[in-house]
Amino acid sequence: MITKTEDFSGNLIEFCDVSYRINDIPGREVISGVSLGVPIGETLVLLGRSGSGKTTLLRLVNAMLLPSQGRVMVQGRPTAEWDPIRLRRGIGYVIQEAGLFPHFTVAENVALVPTLEKWEREQTTARVNDMLRLVGLDPSEFANRRPRELSGGQRQRVGVARALAADPPILLMDEPFGALDPVTRAELQREFHTLAQRLRKTIVFVTHDLREALMLASRIILLEAGRIVAATAPREFLRVDHPEVKAFAASLETPGAPG
Amino acid sequence: MNPSLSEWSFFAEHRAEILAATLDHMALVVIAMVIAILIAVPLGMFIVHRPALRAVSIGIANIFQTIPSLALFGFLIPIPFIGGIGKRTAIVALVLYAILPILRNTYVGLSGIDPAVLEAAEAMGMTPSQILYRVRLPLALAVILAGIRTATIITIGIATIAAAIGAGGLGTFIFRGVALVSDSLILAGAIPAALLALIADFLLGLLELRLRVV
Repeated sequence: MITKTEDFSGNLIEFCDVSYRINDIPGREVISGVSLGVPIGETLVLLGRSGSGKTTLLRLVNAMLLPSQGRVMVQGRPTAEWDPIRLRRGIGYVIQEAGLFPHFTVAENVALVPTLEKWEREQTTARVNDMLRLVGLDPSEFANRRPRELSGGQRQRVGVARALAADPPILLMDEPFGALDPVTRAELQREFHTLAQRLRKTIVFVTHDLREALMLASRIILLEAGRIVAATAPREFLRVDHPEVKAFAASLETPGAPG
Repeated sequence: MNPSLSEWSFFAEHRAEILAATLDHMALVVIAMVIAILIAVPLGMFIVHRPALRAVSIGIANIFQTIPSLALFGFLIPIPFIGGIGKRTAIVALVLYAILPILRNTYVGLSGIDPAVLEAAEAMGMTPSQILYRVRLPLALAVILAGIRTATIITIGIATIAAAIGAGGLGTFIFRGVALVSDSLILAGAIPAALLALIADFLLGLLELRLRVV
């Protein structure tokens, strides 16, 4: 398991000239020559169109994929050398539609990693209740429900609680709010923004929504066809002179909207 | 043909015999089903990640399904160890028929799970065997049980034909009735067999409903 982050100086996650090819077929690169360091406490947003390689980059962090070339280091150690199970239990993971286990209650879903790690029962229960309160769900009302009895927004809150349950230093999020209605999405984005600042986790967040990126990121990485084309703080992003940045900036303008 | 008064009195007179044959029939079905489940469910779990093996095993199970049951019983008789006249041969044949529905449903149930759930399971650090036993199997249980239900109904029906090779059961009445052109005898075998099938279908249906998660 990843140890306490205070003991580690430098980049918690580091991509060193990483390329990824599907089935290792030369010429079919999904990721090409990416070098990138993620310091502790950063909320890094990977922005890009569908197929730009942002999800692939995310999955390289927790060894769901291994690089075809180069190395991905987590806590100074290449992912290829980590025991993938140990590595993943120290990295929270939130995806679109949450991927909650339908045969588990909300509490059992949140308790997943603590249960796998064989925590004491009382400790797990206390932690589950803390996590549910943290994401704005009353444990007495929600702990014993099944995922199908929740709304999309509630499911996603449980997904975040599950990812945080074992207190992992790293959080990976793949378009977590992508399937929600606009009102719920905005609500969860705001709450998550506050939560992220309070928890001081190292977060890698994938989205194709520039608005979301500008709101949550401490740094935005723009990907196009598997390459990094821009890497800036959010307030600098719109000033970057690159066609793909301009294309994303254009997505912010809503024609016909008043003002 | 509605059972007439004489047929009811026939049932009443032979109720001990009919009950014995029914229990015999149930024993055949239960033994065959237990063996079929013990073969088909683990096999289904084994082939989920092995496409080549999957095609071969489901193909073979399919072939048995296409052999007419009377012919399969006939084919098995001369085979040493498993063959011969009697219950053992009948059970082997029933198992061969029951495997396909269970195997297919086990495979379908295990492979038809929401990819987001499996992705989350893997990304949260579950081992492959934890994913199989704690996620895939519980979620596939209702589908597997539906296969067991289908196989049980088929087996109850086919087991009547097992009487042709001396395995006993309710088929004994049917074959005797056909030979003697006696409706009463045929019905004495057919009605309990149909009732068994209906009851098994109902009970397994209830269980399936309880196991359905989503």
